[in-house]
Amino acid sequence: MGMQAFLDIFDIYLLEAVINGILLGGVLALLALGLNLIFGVIDVTWICYAELVMIGMYAMYFMVQYYGVSYFVAAPLTILLVAILGALLHYLVIAPLLTAPPINQLLATGGVLFVLQSFATVAFGIDFRNLGIRLPVLAFGDMNFSYARLLSFLAALVGMVAVYLFMTRTFTGTAIRAISQDRQIMALMGVDTKRIYIITSALGGALAGLAACLLVLQYDVHPFVGLSFGPITFLICVLGGLGNFIGGFIAAFVFAEIISLGGLFSDLEWGYVLAFAFFIVMMFIRPAGLLARRR
Amino acid sequence: MNGQGRLAAWGIGLAALVALPFVYRDPYHLHILVLILIWSFAYTSWSMMGRFGLVSLGHGGFMGIGAYVTALLWNHLGLSPWIGIPISMAAAGALAMIVGYPCFRFRITGHYFVLVTLALSGIVLQVITATRDYTGGSLGYTPNRATGNKLLALQFDDKITWYLIALGVWLFGIVVWHWVDRSMARYALEAISEDEDAAAAAGVDVTAEKLKITLLSALMTALAGAIYCQYQMFITPDTVSGIAVSLQMVFAAIVGGLFVSLGPTVGAVITILLAETLRIGFGTKAVGWDNLVYGVLLVLFIIFLPKGILGSLLDRLKPQRKVPRAHEQEAVQIARPGT
Repeated sequence: MGMQAFLDIFDIYLLEAVINGILLGGVLALLALGLNLIFGVIDVTWICYAELVMIGMYAMYFMVQYYGVSYFVAAPLTILLVAILGALLHYLVIAPLLTAPPINQLLATGGVLFVLQSFATVAFGIDFRNLGIRLPVLAFGDMNFSYARLLSFLAALVGMVAVYLFMTRTFTGTAIRAISQDRQIMALMGVDTKRIYIITSALGGALAGLAACLLVLQYDVHPFVGLSFGPITFLICVLGGLGNFIGGFIAAFVFAEIISLGGLFSDLEWGYVLAFAFFIVMMFIRPAGLLARRR
Repeated sequence: MNGQGRLAAWGIGLAALVALPFVYRDPYHLHILVLILIWSFAYTSWSMMGRFGLVSLGHGGFMGIGAYVTALLWNHLGLSPWIGIPISMAAAGALAMIVGYPCFRFRITGHYFVLVTLALSGIVLQVITATRDYTGGSLGYTPNRATGNKLLALQFDDKITWYLIALGVWLFGIVVWHWVDRSMARYALEAISEDEDAAAAAGVDVTAEKLKITLLSALMTALAGAIYCQYQMFITPDTVSGIAVSLQMVFAAIVGGLFVSLGPTVGAVITILLAETLRIGFGTKAVGWDNLVYGVLLVLFIIFLPKGILGSLLDRLKPQRKVPRAHEQEAVQIARPGT
C-alpha cells in the first residue's frame, strides 16, 4: 500500500461523494421549491414546512408497511394528503392572519410545528420507523450508489419540471407568477387571489408530499425528523434569494455538495455545520442571494 | 401612576418576593417559581432586541451555548462556573457577532433575518448532537456533583438559595431593560425599526446599534442558559436549545407583551403555568398531549389576541393614551425584503 493506492481510493470516495451530493441536491431543491413558491406568492414563511414532510413520511410508512399498499399507489395518495394539509394550513391559519404583522404569521406556523410534532408523538410514538424496502445498490466501477437516491433524484427532477410546465403553460400558473410580482394589482385584474393562494398552498403541500415519498426511501421516520432537514431548507432559500426559484435550485445543489463532502470526512451533522459556515461566508459575498441583481 | 408611587410599588413588590420563600416553603411551588424567574429572564433578554423589530429565532442557540459550555468546562476541565459562565457568555456573544455582523452590514432584515437565525439555532442543536461523545447528544448531559465547595461549584441543594439567585438574575434583567429603555440607543433603535434609511441619514450608525443590542441580548440569554443548567443539573439539547426553545421565547414575549418591561415575565408566568397544568393534567401516560394542546392554544392565541395579554390590558386601562408610535401600532413590523 503506497501513497498512490491511498490517493486512488480517496479519489473514488471523493467522486462517489460528489455524485451522492448531486443526488441529495435533487430532493433539497424540491423542498426549497415548495417553500419558495409559498413565500414568493403569499409572502409568508411556513416554518412548519419540514413537519408537513414528516407527516407525509408517516403516511407512506403506514400505507406501505401497515396496510400493504403498493409504494406506487401510496405515493400519489400521500402527495394528495399533504396537498390537502397545505391548503388547510392556509385556510385555517394563514388566511385569518394575512393582514397581521409578519411576526404573527411566523409564530402561527411555528405553533403548527409544535402541533404537528406532538401530534406525531401522540399518534405514532417516538420510535424510529422505516419502510423496510431495501432497494439494491448500483455498482458502477468501484463506486456504489443506492437506487433509492437515484430514484429520488429523478423523481425530484420530474416534479420540478412538472411545476415549471404548470407555471408557464396554464392560466392558473401564469396568475400565480403574476401575483408573485405584484400582489395588489392582480385583484384588480380580475384574478381571485383567495383561490390562487389556496391552489399555491396545495401545490406547496404537494411538493412536500413528493419529497416525503422520496425521503422515506432513505431515512427513518420519527416525530422530529423535520428538524434534520428544515434548517438546511431555510438556508437554501435565503442563499438562493427568497422567492427566487432558480437561485433556490442552484443553492440546493451547492449545499448538498457541501453536506455530502463534509460527511465524507466526518458525520453528516458536521456537513450541516460546514454548510452553515459556508452560508455565513456567502452572506458577505452575495448578501441578497446567489442570483441577486446588483442595484 | 407617578414616579414615586411606581418606585414604592416596585419596592413593596420586591420586598414581598424576597420574603416569600421564608414564609411559604412548598418545594414544588418554589421550583415552579424558580423556573418562571429563570425563563422570565431569558424571555426579557429576547425582547431586548425583539421589541425593536429584530425578530431572532436563534436565541435557543445562545441559551444552549450558555448551558453546555458552562457544564462542559466544569466536567472536563474542572473550571468553576464562576469562570465558565463568563466564558460561555463570551462564546455566545462571539457567535452573535459572527452571524449578526453580515446580517446587519448587508441589510438582511425581515424574513431573511428570521430564517438565518432560525437556521442558527438548528445548527447549534446539530453541533450538540454531533459531539455526542462529549455532550451526551440527545440523551442529555449532567454536570458532575461538586465534592468540595458548593459555592465555588455554584451548586446548591436548597430551593430557597436558588429562588434568591433566580430572583436576583431576573431583577438584573428588568434593570437592564429599563436602562436600555432610558438610553439614547433606544431612540436610535426605534428609528431604525421604523425606517433604516432615514435613521442612517439622521446620523445613526445602524450596524453598530443593532450589533450592540444583539450582543447584549445574546450575552443575557447565555447567562439564562447557564443558570438554568446549574439549577436543573440536567440539560438536553431539546430543553435548552434548538428551534422549539426559540419559538417558545418569542411566543412568551408576544403573549405577555413586547413593549412593557414586565411583559415577558407575564408571558413566562402564563406559558409555564399552562405547560405545567397541561403536563400534570394529562399525566405521564399521555406523552405529547400537553404539547399538542399547547401548540393549538398558541395558534389560536396568535389569531385571536395578537396584541399580547399585558399589552391589551394596559391599552384598556389607559383610554386617553397618547397616540402610539408607528412601530407599536404595527407590533413588530418585519420589512419586506427588497423594499
